[in-house]
Amino acid sequence: MSGGNGTTGTGGRALFGPRFGRNLRAIGGVLLSLGLTLLGLLLITFIIGRIMPIDPVLKVVGDRATQAQYDAAYQAMGLDRPLWEQFLRYITDVVQGNFGRSISTGHPVAEDLKRVFPATVELATLGTLIGVLVGVPLGVIAAARRGGWIDQIARVVALVGYSVPIFWLGLMGLLLFYGILGWVGGPGRQGIIYDGMVPTVTGMILIDSLLAGDWGAFRDAFSHIILPASLLGYFSLAYISRMTRSFMLEQLSAEYIITARVKGMTERRVIWRHAFRNIMVPLITVIALSFASLLEGSVLTEIVFSWPGLGQYITKALLAGDMNAVLGGTVVIGTCFILLNLLSDILYRVLDPRSG
Amino acid sequence: MTQRFTLRAILLASALAVAPAAMAETPADVLVVAAQIDDIISLDPAQAFEFSGIDVTNNLYDRLVDFDPMDLKAGIKPSLAESWEVSEDGKTITLTMREGVKFQSGNPVRAEDAAWSLQRAVKLNLSPAFILNQFGFTPENVDQMITADGNKLVLKLDQPYAQSFVLNCLAASVGSVIDKETAMQHAEGDDFGHAWLNTNSAGSGPYSLAGWRPNEQVQFAVNEGYWQGAPAMKRVIVRHVQESSAQRLLLEQGDIDVARNLSPTDVDGISGNDKLAVQDELRGHILYMGLSQKDPLLQKPEVVEAMKYLVDYQGMEGSFLKGQWKIHQNFLPEGYLGASEDNPWTYDVAKAKQILTDAGVTSGTVKTMVRDIPEYLNVAQALQASMAEVGLTLEIQQMTGAQVLDAYRARQVPIFIGEWGPDYSDPNTNASTFAINPNNADDAKLSQLAWRNSWAVPEDMNKATIAATLEGDTDKRVQMYLDLQQEYREIAPIIPLFQKVQQSVMQKNIQHWTAGGSVSNVFYRQVTKG
Amino acid sequence: MTITTREWLLSDAPQTRRQARLGALYQGWLTFRANKLALVGLVILILLVLIAIFAPWISPKSPFAQNLGGRLQPPSAEHWLGTDALGRDILSRLIHGSRITLFIVGTVALVAPVIGLFIGTLSGFLGGWVDQVLMRITDIFLAFPKLILALAFVAALGPGIGNAVLALALTSWPAYARLARAETLSIRKADYIAAARLQGAGPMRLLVGHVWPLCVSSLIVRVALDMAGIILSAAGLGFLGLGAQPPMPEWGAMISDGRAFIMDFWWVAAMPGLAIFVVSLAFNLLGDGLRDVLDPKGAKE
Repeated sequence: MSGGNGTTGTGGRALFGPRFGRNLRAIGGVLLSLGLTLLGLLLITFIIGRIMPIDPVLKVVGDRATQAQYDAAYQAMGLDRPLWEQFLRYITDVVQGNFGRSISTGHPVAEDLKRVFPATVELATLGTLIGVLVGVPLGVIAAARRGGWIDQIARVVALVGYSVPIFWLGLMGLLLFYGILGWVGGPGRQGIIYDGMVPTVTGMILIDSLLAGDWGAFRDAFSHIILPASLLGYFSLAYISRMTRSFMLEQLSAEYIITARVKGMTERRVIWRHAFRNIMVPLITVIALSFASLLEGSVLTEIVFSWPGLGQYITKALLAGDMNAVLGGTVVIGTCFILLNLLSDILYRVLDPRSG
Repeated sequence: MTQRFTLRAILLASALAVAPAAMAETPADVLVVAAQIDDIISLDPAQAFEFSGIDVTNNLYDRLVDFDPMDLKAGIKPSLAESWEVSEDGKTITLTMREGVKFQSGNPVRAEDAAWSLQRAVKLNLSPAFILNQFGFTPENVDQMITADGNKLVLKLDQPYAQSFVLNCLAASVGSVIDKETAMQHAEGDDFGHAWLNTNSAGSGPYSLAGWRPNEQVQFAVNEGYWQGAPAMKRVIVRHVQESSAQRLLLEQGDIDVARNLSPTDVDGISGNDKLAVQDELRGHILYMGLSQKDPLLQKPEVVEAMKYLVDYQGMEGSFLKGQWKIHQNFLPEGYLGASEDNPWTYDVAKAKQILTDAGVTSGTVKTMVRDIPEYLNVAQALQASMAEVGLTLEIQQMTGAQVLDAYRARQVPIFIGEWGPDYSDPNTNASTFAINPNNADDAKLSQLAWRNSWAVPEDMNKATIAATLEGDTDKRVQMYLDLQQEYREIAPIIPLFQKVQQSVMQKNIQHWTAGGSVSNVFYRQVTKG
Repeated sequence: MTITTREWLLSDAPQTRRQARLGALYQGWLTFRANKLALVGLVILILLVLIAIFAPWISPKSPFAQNLGGRLQPPSAEHWLGTDALGRDILSRLIHGSRITLFIVGTVALVAPVIGLFIGTLSGFLGGWVDQVLMRITDIFLAFPKLILALAFVAALGPGIGNAVLALALTSWPAYARLARAETLSIRKADYIAAARLQGAGPMRLLVGHVWPLCVSSLIVRVALDMAGIILSAAGLGFLGLGAQPPMPEWGAMISDGRAFIMDFWWVAAMPGLAIFVVSLAFNLLGDGLRDVLDPKGAKE
């Protein structure tokens, strides 16, 4: 990422320029390979599910079932079929939008996912937001005042963030801020009184309560999400601030910056107008990656905070041998990961003239 | 304890200085309960079988006969059936339906609905169907065996079963009376409305189902026209809260009225809080240790005998099981007909060592697979420590409930440590699993605990267990169960250890709460807020 | 003597290969030593290793000795860090737990990079469809949520410390494979590889003798930086009950045990959490310092 003063602006037009076709082909290729990735993901999950020593039939027929009841359910679930046939049937169903029924919740998996995924997205988004709003300025300032006290603090903050077990910090946070100080709402997404009072539109309670104009519900939901989101935000901050700092340092030592300084440009202008502008592309990739990792990495946080999200859903389903639910969850997470990768790939191609 | 107080004091002081936390309170006509309800997979009485599932159906539906939540000790009482009589040969029971009771839909409750409800449970043949099938019903014959005649419901049985046995089974959740017309409107194929009833209700009970979000919450709406009087709580919300500490925090903050799964330490922790009350209720669950007779070490009767003295009953009861499990060394829980209160075994390492030395056992290794529940793991670890004192090594493998169950059903758990919960309020529910094993072959694949522990129950005991279900004289029946348990204590490799005491912790203003005692499930209709 | 040794090591014109190699090592040590925090990390880790080696001698009590009457005691003169739910001494359990932590981290840090190195270099070196297939597989594993994949493996293989290590290794290799492949691609066309090939070296020999050594240093940096992550993942598995089995004093499982008592007996969960934090912090500090030494390009940032 050296040099390239002010070239980012021209990149935007390139998408529709002569390289349009090439970009499209490249994106098509990427899409194809990503589709294959998703298929592989499902295949592995499927195989793990079948070799796992957990019997899904038991969950359906119960502990006291007779062998005849058991056999009937075994057949009804299609488990007597060869593995490849089961997989093929599953994929055909998924393509038609049918994820099957979860045996541990008794509901269609698609319905479950519609409920749990927004909870995770809400948490991860707020976490990333906190990570970006604090992490980026922290990283930029740390780079601008390299070796100064802000740089030192940023370094310690990041190191601690990389080193502390998140579930432990969550437990301690819950004990302190909810149990003892009473500053935040407890485990779960909402106080029980507000539960189900706001009509579901997006499934994200903060947004839904705003849409409904219900300030009480919003305040309540906010008090519940703020602690887990801050924790996730802290981890994303640690990563984002370090990456921002290193991108900035690279830019600040570049020749065009020195030229700008020699020309007598103010330091603030040098940093924000020139250097920072040039790190936007890699920074967006970093943020996208950090968002993806929060989406999938919030399992332990969700468990500690009784957050009814996707991570908890998959974990629970996995331990109950509820493979329809696990596979459905894997599709969602895999797709997110792939889409975010694709997004940052496209951004690279579009915004950075040197690639593609 | 000093350490703890300083930390708390400092934090509390700062809390008071910065943000005086407002004590919330739930509305006067809403009951908010925190519990672990992630085991629910269906709310159809023909399928619901998990503890939390039948806690729900118990409040949505009425049964033909039932317990009175204000007086559980009184035993079975008439409910939708006003009276019943047994034929002379003891093989036909005729129940007369109560007049004028309506379902929540407005349809009248008829004998036809009751017959249909029982028939469909037998025909769907899901988890709890066996409770009814014990009387000889099969999907093929049930239409003839269970019939409606005007306002009378007639049950034909294949044997002259004890009347108490039949009534106890009818009081189970699978005996719930469903609104046939409403359910059949939602039938898909020949499922008798099963798919719809999984997530909806069609009963005559005090509440209707207002919503169920798996792993999150169940909501009940009041049935204002309930035939036994409209409940005081107009809305009941049961929220899934996994952690004991989280349930306790919610309780202390006033966000909930009742917490159902506080750990012994958390109950201890709130004991100083004068806004909260603890209610102890003896439940039917038995914590037991099963010693597989496939294991060469555990096969030796002396080892089985020694194991009885290697459990630190008192120590566990006084520490990590404190207040929530009481010593109970018989398979029938206290509160059941014929329950025995003899608890002969004590923790006695020297005696165990003597028994083993006399039998020539000085060392050995055996494995246990334990569900990842703190109490079980602690019992296992305490046992591990005391077994080590007599030269035996216990390897603990921690697993999820599903994994343990799988291995147990495959007869692959050498030492099983876990709970058994009765399926209905008759002693046969436990006797028929602890003390009967019709076929000890591997390929028999039975569900009896005796079979799972590979224990060939002596033929005498098998017969005695069956005979007890046919004894019409209740006093004689009690004696039969007492004798059965006495013999069981002497010879069985399945060792009952403790009986569950449920500690429900609630706000002081909650009155008439019951979790259902040892024989039933939670009732909400009688609960009031003072 | 020291001065002469130092001069010998820092000599601009080493006389032998050995002198050159030792000189480079010494240079690295000097760079590393300049990083005070990295030094702190190193000291903590050396202490950890010593504690693990001498655990039976330094721990005040047996880590398994139960005392139901003295459970959940706060830190005191007798039990410096208090006791747990079964009355066991938490300090002794932490001390013995260091062995488990080191075992997990050590094994994963040995196994995962080797798998990654093998797959990555093979992929980069051979190119073509082999590369395509191997990288697709790598992508699949990368797209998986790491903890959930590890969880699935452990659920499939059965809980236990060995399987936890295996699961962590199986989920951490893709990153190393990517790295090794990138390195391989950058040196594949180098002159000396071509020269070696001309001398008749077979592909296997080229791979092992020429490509691998060049990938190792960047892998080591990466591993050093990942150590903390491995500790945290292992603790996460332990926290979910899928790692070491009772009564083994695995730190994550100890937090999980203490979680039930968090309100009144905070130290039961707090102490093992602190231990995990200190050790993974030490690994992070060390990794930072190592990067300065082995990967000067990255160090400049």
